[in-house]
Amino acid sequence: TRTLEITPLNEVILKEIAMFVESFIYKHPQEAKYVFVEPLEWKTNLDPSAFESGYIVSETTVKSEEVDKDGQPLLFLSVPHIKIRSLGQLSRLLLIAKDRKSCNKNPGLDYNTVKEDTSTVNILDKITKDEDPESEIKMKVGMLLKQLDLYLLNHSLKRISLQICLNPTTVKNHIELLKHFSGKGEQTVLESIDYTSDYEFSNGCRAPPWRQIHGEICYVLVKPHDVETLCVTCSTEGVFLNEDEGEINYERKSEIYKDLVTFFKRKIGKIFRKYDIRFTEEWKKENEEPKEVPKKEEADALPKAFLASSKNILEKNQINFGKIQMTKRLEPTLNWKATVDFKKNTQEKKHGGRLGRSGPPVSPGRAQLVRKSAEKIEEILSDSSSENEEDEEPPDRRQEANADLPSEYWQIQKLVKYLKGGNQTATVIALRSMKDFNLAQETCQLAIRDVGGLEVLINLLDTDEVKCKIGSLKILKEISHNPQIRRNIVDLGGLPVMVNILDSPHKSLKCLAAETIANVAKFRRARRAVRHHGGITKLVALLDCAQSSAKPAQSSLYDARDVEVARCGALALWSCSKSNANKEAIRQAGGIPLLAHLLKTSHENMLIPVVGTLQECASEENYRAAIKAERIIENLVKNLNSENEQLQEQCAMAIYQCAEDKETRDLVRLHGGLKPLASLLNNTDNKERLAAVTGAIWKCSISKENATKFREYEAIETLVGLLTDQPEEVLVNVVGALGECCQEYENRVLVRKCGGLQPLVNLLVGINQTLLVNVTKAVGACAVEPESMMIIDRLDGVRLLWSLLKNPHPDVKASAAWALCPCIQNAKDAGEMVRCFVGGLEFIVNLLKSDNKEVLASVCAAITNIAKDQENLAAITDLGVVPLLSKLANTNNDKLRRHLAEAISRCCMWGRNRVAFGEYKAVAPLVRYLKSNDANVHRATAQALYQLSEDADNCITIHENGAVKTTASLKREFLGYSKF
Amino acid sequence: ENHKRMGHLGGSVGSAPNSFKKSEVECLIRLFHSLVERANVRLNNFGLDRNAFRAILHSVFGMTDDMLMNRVFFAFDKDNDNCINAKEWVKGLSVFLRGTFEEKLKFCFEVYYLNGDGYISQEEIFDMLKNSLHQQSSEEETDEGIRELVDITLKKMDYDNDGKISFADFEKAVKEDKLLLEVFGPCLPEAKVECQQLKLVKGTF
Repeated sequence: TRTLEITPLNEVILKEIAMFVESFIYKHPQEAKYVFVEPLEWKTNLDPSAFESGYIVSETTVKSEEVDKDGQPLLFLSVPHIKIRSLGQLSRLLLIAKDRKSCNKNPGLDYNTVKEDTSTVNILDKITKDEDPESEIKMKVGMLLKQLDLYLLNHSLKRISLQICLNPTTVKNHIELLKHFSGKGEQTVLESIDYTSDYEFSNGCRAPPWRQIHGEICYVLVKPHDVETLCVTCSTEGVFLNEDEGEINYERKSEIYKDLVTFFKRKIGKIFRKYDIRFTEEWKKENEEPKEVPKKEEADALPKAFLASSKNILEKNQINFGKIQMTKRLEPTLNWKATVDFKKNTQEKKHGGRLGRSGPPVSPGRAQLVRKSAEKIEEILSDSSSENEEDEEPPDRRQEANADLPSEYWQIQKLVKYLKGGNQTATVIALRSMKDFNLAQETCQLAIRDVGGLEVLINLLDTDEVKCKIGSLKILKEISHNPQIRRNIVDLGGLPVMVNILDSPHKSLKCLAAETIANVAKFRRARRAVRHHGGITKLVALLDCAQSSAKPAQSSLYDARDVEVARCGALALWSCSKSNANKEAIRQAGGIPLLAHLLKTSHENMLIPVVGTLQECASEENYRAAIKAERIIENLVKNLNSENEQLQEQCAMAIYQCAEDKETRDLVRLHGGLKPLASLLNNTDNKERLAAVTGAIWKCSISKENATKFREYEAIETLVGLLTDQPEEVLVNVVGALGECCQEYENRVLVRKCGGLQPLVNLLVGINQTLLVNVTKAVGACAVEPESMMIIDRLDGVRLLWSLLKNPHPDVKASAAWALCPCIQNAKDAGEMVRCFVGGLEFIVNLLKSDNKEVLASVCAAITNIAKDQENLAAITDLGVVPLLSKLANTNNDKLRRHLAEAISRCCMWGRNRVAFGEYKAVAPLVRYLKSNDANVHRATAQALYQLSEDADNCITIHENGAVKTTASLKREFLGYSKF
Repeated sequence: ENHKRMGHLGGSVGSAPNSFKKSEVECLIRLFHSLVERANVRLNNFGLDRNAFRAILHSVFGMTDDMLMNRVFFAFDKDNDNCINAKEWVKGLSVFLRGTFEEKLKFCFEVYYLNGDGYISQEEIFDMLKNSLHQQSSEEETDEGIRELVDITLKKMDYDNDGKISFADFEKAVKEDKLLLEVFGPCLPEAKVECQQLKLVKGTF
C-alpha cells in the first residue's frame, strides 16, 4: 500500500472516514454484519491486550467470537498483521483503538490504523460488484460507501477552495510589498527578494506552463538577513521552500504555509523578530480583504461537515464505484489553457461548479514528486557545490527567422542540409566546410543551432562513421564555448554520447570528446550528467594513457598522442571538478595518484588542467590529505617558478586551498615556495593570479616561520602597497595575509612604518563580510603595538571597529569585538575613549544576548577590557552585565568559558557584583570549568573563583561543588591565585 | 614448384614495401593464392580480375561503392593489364594496411583522378559525389545539390583556382585537415577493419 502524505487535508479526511466507520455499527447494524469476500489486511501496532469481551485473546493473536458461515473469525490479529472481514468488526476495532489512544496517550496508533484502512476501501467495492445471494445488503453497503465518498468529496472541495487563498495577483502584491521593505541594514525585513524569472505570462504567473499545471505561480529568491538565500515556490496552495541550486527545483522541501510572511515567520523565525511596524500594518491592510471571503465559506461549510471531506485519499486510492462516472474527476485535467486562465477557474471552483480542476492537478504531481524525490534529493545533497559561476541559465535567444540575417546563416543552413541528407562523403565535406566558418562568432554558433544543426551533429556522434564523429566533434568543441549552446547540447542528450566516445580506441576521437566535455561541463546540470553516465571514471581512465605508454616498448610518436589524450582528460576533469560530487567521484576512480603522476611532466599544457583539477578538489579534506601524502606540494612549488601565468595562478590557488594545514605550510617553506610567491606579488597586472598568490601568502603566513620568511623576502612592504586600488578578491587576501603576519612584532612595526595603518583603517568601512573579518583582525593585530594604537585611534579606527559590532554578520561582529580588545588595552585613556561612544556600552552589553558562541566569547573578552576602568565597570553593571554573564555560565565551549571566567572575575571588582554573581547562580557552573582540559580555562576560572570566594555564600557554593579538591591538584599551577 | 616461385616473389616484393616483414609478405602471398584459387581464374592470367578484386574489397574491407571500388582496382593495377598480380597485391595492401600518411595521400589521389592527366577535374568530382545525397524530390534538385557540393569542395581544395584539383592542392588540403583524405568517398579500409586485417596477416596464416 502506498502511504499518503500527511497534510492537514488528508488528516481531516482520515478523521471523517474514521468517524463514519466508528458509527457504522450503530447506525447500520445489519450492513455491519456483511462479510467481505476478501479481508482487509494491514499491519498494526495495536496490542492484543486491548481487546476485551467478544474476542478470544492470546499473547500474540486475537480472534473475534463473531464468525462467518464457515466458522472463520471476522477479525483475526496475529501481531502485527490484522485481517478484518466486516464493517462491524472494523467499527469495533476503531473504537477499541480509540479507547486505547486516550488511555495510553499514543496518538500514533489510531492514526496509523485508520490510515491503512482507507487504502483498503477499494477492496470493498470490488466485493460489491460480485453477484451474491446477500445482494440487497451488499447494495446497501455500496450505497453507504458511495454516500461517504460523495460527502468526502464535497467537503474536501470546500476545504480546498478555502486553501486557495493565493492567486497571482495576491502573490504579486505580497512580493511587491516585501520588496519595498527589503534592502541592507537592520531596519529591513529581508535583504532581498526577487523573482527567478522576469517573464510574466498573461495570467500573471511566472512559473513555466508545465508547472502552472501543478498550481505553481512563481518562484522567488529570498535573501533574509543572516541566512542563506532561499528559493521559495508560491503556488495556489500556499508557499513552500524548494531547494534551489542554480536551477529551480520543484521539490517541496517544507510545509506549505498560507502566504509569504507566514512562511518567513515560521521558517526563518528570527529574521522577522524585529521587522518594521510599518510593514506589519501594510501587510495587514493588504490581507484584510481576501481573508474575509474564506471565513464566510468556512461558516457555511461547518454544519454540513458532519460526515464528510475528502480529496487526496480518494483519488490516490482510486476508489472506484464502478458504474458511477465519478472516476473521471480523478484524472487531472492537464489542459494547459485551463491553467492559464486559472483565475477564472478558481472562481468556478468556489462555486463548486466544476469538480474537474479542483485538487487533482496538484496532487498527482506531488505523487510523482514523491517517487522521484529519493533520487533528486541525493542529487541535491551531493551537488552542493562550491560553484557559482554561470549557474543562472541565460535567456534563450533565437534569431528571428525574418530578421536581417547574416549571410553565414544561409550558408550554414545549406551545409546542415547536406548533413541531414548526405551520405558519409557529403557529410564529411559539409562538416569540413562548416569548420571554416568563424565558429568563435556567436552568429555562427547560434545559426548552427537555429537551423537544427545541433541535433544532427549530436546524432552523428551516435553513428559508426569515425570521420563523421571527428568532424562533428570538431565543430561541437568550438561552438560549445557559447553558454547557450552548452545548455542546448545537454538538453539534446549530447553528453551521454560523448561520454561513450571516451571508450573509443581512436585516440583523436577520445581527445575531441574530452575537450568538448570540458567545454560543456561548465554548469552544474552538465557536470551531473557527466557523472551520472559514468563519465568521471572514463575521464580518469584517460589520464592513465600516458602512464601505460611510458613503458619503453612504445614509440615516442604514440607517446605524444597518449599525452594528448591525458591532457584532454585532465581538461574535462578540471571542468567537472567544480561539483563536489564529482570531486569525490574522481577520487574514487583513483584520480589522485594519476594526477600526481601527470604533475611530474613538464608540459605546461598538461600541467595547467592537472593543477587546476587538484586546486578545485583541494577544497575537500581528503584531497588535501592525499595531496600531502602524494608529495604534490613539492611539484606545485616547482611550477610556481614556471613562466606560464595561468600555471602559476593554479599552483598558487592549490597552495591557498591546502595551506590551511600546518604541515603543508611547512612543506611549502621547505620546498622553497615562499620566495617565488613573494616575488610574484610584484606583478599586479594579472588580477586572477594576484588573488591566487596573495591567497597562498595569506594561508602560508599563518605559520610564524613563514611570516618571518615573508619579511625577509620583503613581502610585507609589497602587501601594504597592495592595500589600495585592488579588486576585493585581492584585498581580502592581502589583508588576511597582513593580519597573520602582524602577529609578529617586527612585522607590526614594519606595517606601521610603511604606512599600512591608514589604508587598513580605511577598509573598515567596506561591506564585504570576508574582507571586514580580515580587516578587523589585521587592525586588531596592529593595535597590539601601543604606538600603532595611537595612530589607529587618531584615524578613528576604534569608532569604526565599534560600529562594526552592529554588522549583521556574526563573524564580523566577533572579529570586531576581538579587535577592540587590544585597542582598549593599549589606548592611552581607554576609559574615556570607550565612554565617549554614545550608547556603545549598552550595545556591547546587549551583544551578550547573541546566540553565536564566537560573538559571545569575543564580547566577553571586550567586556573584560572595558571593565578595567572603574567608571565603565560601574556603567556596565548598571546595564545588567552581571545577570547576562551569569546566564552564559552553563556552556561547554572552552573558548567562551575562558573569556567568560575572565569577564566575571573582572566584573567582581565592583560593588556587590560578587554577591550578585552568586545570586544569579554563576558560581556552581564555574566550578565545573575546572574539569575542562584547557589550561587557559583553568587559569581564568581559578582567578574568577578567587574573586567570587570573597563572598562567604559563594565560598560555600564553591565548596559544595567540590572545587577544593580539584583546585588543590591544580594549586601548583595557579599558585598565587588560589586561596584554598 | 609453386612454393619455390612464391619464395622468389616474396623476396622481390618484400624488398619494395618496407613496411611488411618477410613473413608477413609470405602470408599475404599465400592469401593471394588462395583468393585466386577461390576466384577460379584461368591460370595463364595469374592474378585477380576486377570482379574478384571488388568482391574482396567488399567482403574483407567493407567497401560498398562500386564506382570507387573500380577506382581502387585501377589504382592497384599499376601495369594496367586489368589484373592484379601478386606484386601489385602486396604493394597495394602495404599502403592499405601499413601505409604512411604520405603513401595514403598519394594512393587516394590516384584513386580520385582517373583520366590520367594528374588532376581531379570538376566533372570527376561530380561523378564521384553524384550518389552522395539521398534522393530528393526531383532529380534536378539532387543534381543542383551535388553541384553545390562540388563547388564547396573546390572552394575548399582548389588553392590555385584553376577549377581542378592538382596533387599539390590535394596534399595541402589534406595536410590541413586529415578528414579530407578520403574526401570523395572511402577508398581506404576503415580504421577498425585495418586493425583486424593486420592481425589476420600477422596471425592466421
